[in-house]
This record gives sequence, structure tokens and C-alpha cells, in this order.
Amino acid sequence: MAGVQGERLDLVRALGDAARTSVIAFFLFLPLIGFLTQTDINNVLILTTRWPLLFSWIGAIFIGRFVYSLVVTPWLAKRAMRPAATTPSTFRSFVGKWFVPFAIGFVIAYPLIVIFTAGYGGALKWIDNFGIQILIYVMLGWGLNIVVGLAGLLDLGYVAFYAVGAYSYALLAKTFGFTFWLLLPLAGILSSFWGILLGFPVLRLRGDYLAIVTLAFGEIIRLILINFVDLTNGYAGISGIPRPSFFGIPFNASDNGFDAVFGLEFSPLHRTIFLYYVILGLAFLTAFVTVRLRRMPVGRAWEALREDEIACRSLGINTTNTKLTAFAMGAMFAGFAGSFFAARQGFISPESFTFLESATVLSIVVLGGMGSQIGVALAAIAFVGGTEMLRELNFLKQIFGDTFDPTQYRMLLFGFCMVLIMIWRPRGLISTREPSVFLKERKSISADLTKEGHG
Amino acid sequence: MAAAPDIVLRVEHLTMRFGGLVAVDNVSFDVASGDITALIGPNGAGKTTVFNCITGFYKPSEGRLTLKHGDPAMWNALEALTDRGERHTSGPDGALYLLERMPDYLVTQQARVARTFQNIRLFAGMTVLENLLVAQHNVLMLASGFTFLGIFGIPSYTAAERASIEKAKFWLDRIGLMARADDPAGDLPYGAQRRLEVARAMCTEPVLLCLDEPAAGLNPHESAELNELLLSIRNDHDTSILLIEHDMSVVMGISDHIVVLDYGVKIADGKPEAVRNDAKVIAAYLGVADEEVAEVEAEVGL
Repeated sequence: MAGVQGERLDLVRALGDAARTSVIAFFLFLPLIGFLTQTDINNVLILTTRWPLLFSWIGAIFIGRFVYSLVVTPWLAKRAMRPAATTPSTFRSFVGKWFVPFAIGFVIAYPLIVIFTAGYGGALKWIDNFGIQILIYVMLGWGLNIVVGLAGLLDLGYVAFYAVGAYSYALLAKTFGFTFWLLLPLAGILSSFWGILLGFPVLRLRGDYLAIVTLAFGEIIRLILINFVDLTNGYAGISGIPRPSFFGIPFNASDNGFDAVFGLEFSPLHRTIFLYYVILGLAFLTAFVTVRLRRMPVGRAWEALREDEIACRSLGINTTNTKLTAFAMGAMFAGFAGSFFAARQGFISPESFTFLESATVLSIVVLGGMGSQIGVALAAIAFVGGTEMLRELNFLKQIFGDTFDPTQYRMLLFGFCMVLIMIWRPRGLISTREPSVFLKERKSISADLTKEGHG
Repeated sequence: MAAAPDIVLRVEHLTMRFGGLVAVDNVSFDVASGDITALIGPNGAGKTTVFNCITGFYKPSEGRLTLKHGDPAMWNALEALTDRGERHTSGPDGALYLLERMPDYLVTQQARVARTFQNIRLFAGMTVLENLLVAQHNVLMLASGFTFLGIFGIPSYTAAERASIEKAKFWLDRIGLMARADDPAGDLPYGAQRRLEVARAMCTEPVLLCLDEPAAGLNPHESAELNELLLSIRNDHDTSILLIEHDMSVVMGISDHIVVLDYGVKIADGKPEAVRNDAKVIAAYLGVADEEVAEVEAEVGL
């Protein structure tokens, strides 16, 4: 008897819940979906109503919420009561041990895998749009990870250093004809110089104030690029940037081009594959240096700074210098990535260095888990690869009609995914911290103990 | 009296004002080398402010704070150093540092004054071992050629890192935390965190160790362990200790010298027995009957 009554109560509760949600949805969607403004032939705004669409949405929400509160909520509550499994599964430790070597092997073999599966014609898109594009963001993410994840300094203007790297390469290569391999370190040095220049006045600020000033710095650099027309050509950007050569052998169809020298049939794919390995090498360099630095005194000082700045000072650590090195290192990797970006595109303009880029890289770091190398790489794949994947979803047109363009919804979808992930894993995909040194046993440190830094 | 004690820290006419509030008013005292000196007083007496001045976290409004390394004859160079306007001077067997002229990190790095905090400030997300290695930052930084050489794994850095781990192990053994070396510091029980903070400060090889209420929140057993640790630091290392403490069992049990502050003014200075029976100290701690207020105030000089 009691059970039946309990079930009926549950039903009433779920119905009430669904009704409440529907009312909220009605008022929310009334302006969003219910009304549509269009300009007619005479260029006059007319208001059309879409009642069937509005009510089908609300109906779907009613049913969805009803099912959720009737089935999913009790199930979640029941699951929370059950004690968590404590023994680590062997599968998990197996994955943990072999994941990194497997991933490295995969990214090295990636161009070959793509050529075998997609053929010579289809491979270009997969290597360029997915491979190179993702690796640029992996590298930017790892660079920003030093500043935000390790040292705990919130930098919203990271794209400024990316821009400095790109423009350094473009201008120096066009003006003086220096080669890519000479300009790559030079661009890194120039970027880290700007990092230090920004760092000096800014690093006495903390938290929100630091974020605002770095944000402003990013905008200043962009505005200089737009307005210093004599040097940067303003909005029009710089085109005809020299492309990198294979140790002096250019990638073109001429007799002394790469393909002729190596006796291959000419294909633009060869340059793309070469660029892929260049950015892969740069990304590996970033990862290697970061992993090494974490075990050096300076890396430990960065993390200590994130944990407690005052305690650092009481131990004789020069916090200003430590912050500056973090800024300079992060900026240097952005400079490398920037000069690679310029060399790959052959054309740069201030459009490529907007705040949205900084926000994307920061999202990658936060999504991946601050301080975690693997997490940041996974997040970059999800974020950039996911965006590119949306271009491939043309089959959705058969469901939503021919006018449906999935790429138009990508920010909406990403916002939605970010919210889900932040509910599911608030400290990022990989939130545990690996200690830099151990006596007997390396134990991961839970995210509950590590701090996020305060500026 | 025997020969004049060897002074390691001399505080002269220290005054610290925050706007209109005088937190510390013309306080002078000496810390003798190899002593445990306690700084006591009721809440708000200005003890932590004195500490923050000594360790460089505050710039004193007035006064001179001098720390001496090695040879007592160095004190003769004090006036000349003050007049030259420099931060420190060094002789063949020692050095003098004017702490009020140094930024906080140099007070630890060069003058070798280490401190702990009233509310524990460990690196909670780092392991116990890492906490002790961060404390040896400056030594390791030098050994790693400011990172540039260390990143290529030069042998001298590897050796320096091994030595620093050995030193960390020595202190882990001393504070009884060897078994928890690889656990995050934030997971340790409260008493162990206090001991770890002392050990971390000791890893900077200080000449003077400043402890801000090391026994706060400890149970009697942990308190006794801490006493033992502090006494062994004094006896086995070349480190003098200055501590702020409310726990009188710690203060009376281990200190060689006590300085008492009340409302920013020094009201007593001497051996524990003398301070214990000092009328002003008793008045400051216990208060006095209403009819005696005028009498005591006159005596204290208010």
C-alpha cells in the first residue's frame, strides 16, 4: 500500500516539476523561438509568430523533464548511496601506463595513416585542418599552461605573444630574407622579451586585476597591429610570407624543388606533411621542456607560487623573477607557435589575433585541467577537432532540412559541452597533480588540495 | 655575570605605524646567539608586527634591525654600515645585515632569517618532500646554473639535487614524517603540519628561526614533541630561535630569555623566572582590581 502511494507521490512530484520547467521554458522561448523578425521586400521589419515550433519545443521539454525527475533523479540518488569502488581496476592502470607511448606513436604515424585511409586527395584536409590546426593549439595550450596552470597567473592576453611571434617572422622574413629556422628562435626570443616587458609593471597585480591588465595588453598589441600601417599594413595584413623550406630545398614544382630532388611526383601534400612534422616537433619540444622544468627548482617554485605566494617569499624565493620566468617561457612558446602559424598560412592579419583566440586557448587549459599536459592535449583535440568535425556533419541536413548549417551552431554546442564538462569535472579532464619528485612511491595528488592560484 | 652574550639580532627603537595606529612603539631588545627567545604578550600587543618587520614583510616606520653572522667583532662595523646607507657588510669571519633595508625574500636568502606563520602556510597541493625541496630553492637554483645548465642534466645539478633530498630526508626523520614523504602536505594532521613548517624553515639553513605561535592548536602531547624539536634545533644547529607563543608551558619550558609586549610597548625583558614574577606582566595578563588601576598605570607609565 505504502509503495503504491509512494509511486503516486513520485508521479505527482515529477508532473509538477515538468510543469514548472515548461512554464519557465515558455517565457524564455517566447521571445527566442515564438517570434521571428524578418525584413520583407520593402525592407520593413515584420513580426511573424511560430506557435507550432514553440509548443513542440515546450512539449519536448515537458516530456524530457518528466522522465528526468521520474527516472534519472532517483537512479542518481540510489547510485550516490552505493559505496564507491576502491580497488583500482587493472584496465585503468594498463591504460595509464601505455597511453602516452601509444599517443606519441599515433601522432608520429598520423600522416601515413591518413594517406592510407583517405588517399592522396583526401589527406590534405585531415593533415592540415585536423593535424596541424590541433597541434598549434596543443602547443599554445601547453605554453599557457605554464603561466596559468603551473604559476597560477591568469593571463587573458596570451594571443598578444602569438601575434608578436607571427609578425616577427613575417616582417623579418620579408624584409631581410632570413630563413624559417633562424627566425623561429628569434621570434621566440622577441615574444619572451615582450612577455618580460609586460610582466614588469603587471606582476605586482593579483587576481582579477592581473586578468584585466593582460586582457588590455592583448588588445593593445592588436590595435598597434591595426594602426601601425607603415609597418604592419594594418587590416590588410601581410601576404606573401616566405614558406619554410626543407633545409634549403623549397617545396615547389620546379626542378630543384623538394619533389624533384627526392624523385617524387609533385604534390602540395608533401609541404603539408613537412609542416605537420615541424609543428609536431615544436609541440614535443614544448612538452619536453615543460616536463623538465617542472622537476627543476624553477618549476617547483612556479607551483609553490600558485599554492602560496607569501610562503614562497618567506623561503627566500624572489617571486617577481619567478613570475617573470613563467611569463617569458609561456610567451616564448606562443612566439614559436606564432612564427609557425605565419609560415604555414603565408598570410597574417590582425583578424587572427583577437580576444577569442586567447579565450579559446584559456578554455583549452581550463578544460584540460590546469597543470596537466595530457589533459590540455586532449582538450585541444576535443575543442579544435570538435569544431572541425562539425563541418563534416552534413548528414544532419537530411534531418533538419537543406538550410541547416551545423557550423553555425558550433559556439552553441561548445557552450553546452563546456557547461556539461564543468558540471561533470569542475577541475578539468585531468585534475590530479603528479608530484615532481618522490622518495618511494609516486602518488597523484587530488585536485581538492591543489590551489588554482590567485593571480 | 659572565662575559656579555653574543648577540645575533639587535632590535633598536622599532616603531611601526599603520596610519594613526601605533602597533609597535619604540621597542628595543636583543636576541642572544644560541638562545631561544620568546616574545609574549596579550592579543594585539604587536608581536606579529615585530615579526613581520624582522622578516621584511613590513617596512618599519622607524628603528634599526641588525642581524649578525659569525664573529661578534662584526658589531663594531654597525655605525659605519648604517651611515653608508648599504644593506650589509661582511668581514673575514662574519657579516652584518640591516634587515629594515632588505626586501622580504633577501632577508631569508642572504641574512638567513626563516619564519613560520600563525596560520600554517604550507604548499598544500605539493608533497611533504616537495615542500622541503622548495625551501632549498636558492641553493638548487645556483647548482642548476639558473635552470639553463640543469635542463640538460649536468652532473653537478644531479648531485646537488641528491644532496637536497638527503637533507630533506634528515628533517623528515627528525620530525617523524618519513613514512608520509610522498603524501600531499594538506593531508597531514594539524600537529604534523606545524612540525613540517618548522622543518621547511630549517631547510633554508637559517641563522635565526622566527616561529609565530608554533604550538597554537596542538594537544599537550604534540606540544611536548614540539618543545623537544625546538630544543634539539637550538642544541644541534647553529640556529637561534625567536618565538611568539601563548602556550606558557612552551614558553616557560624552553625559553632562555623572554620579551613581553603590551599595546606595542615593551613592558619586561629578562630570564623566565624574572618575567614570571614581574608585576607589570601579571597586570597585563591577568588585569588588576579596579582600585589598583591608577597605581598600576602610574607604575607602567600610562
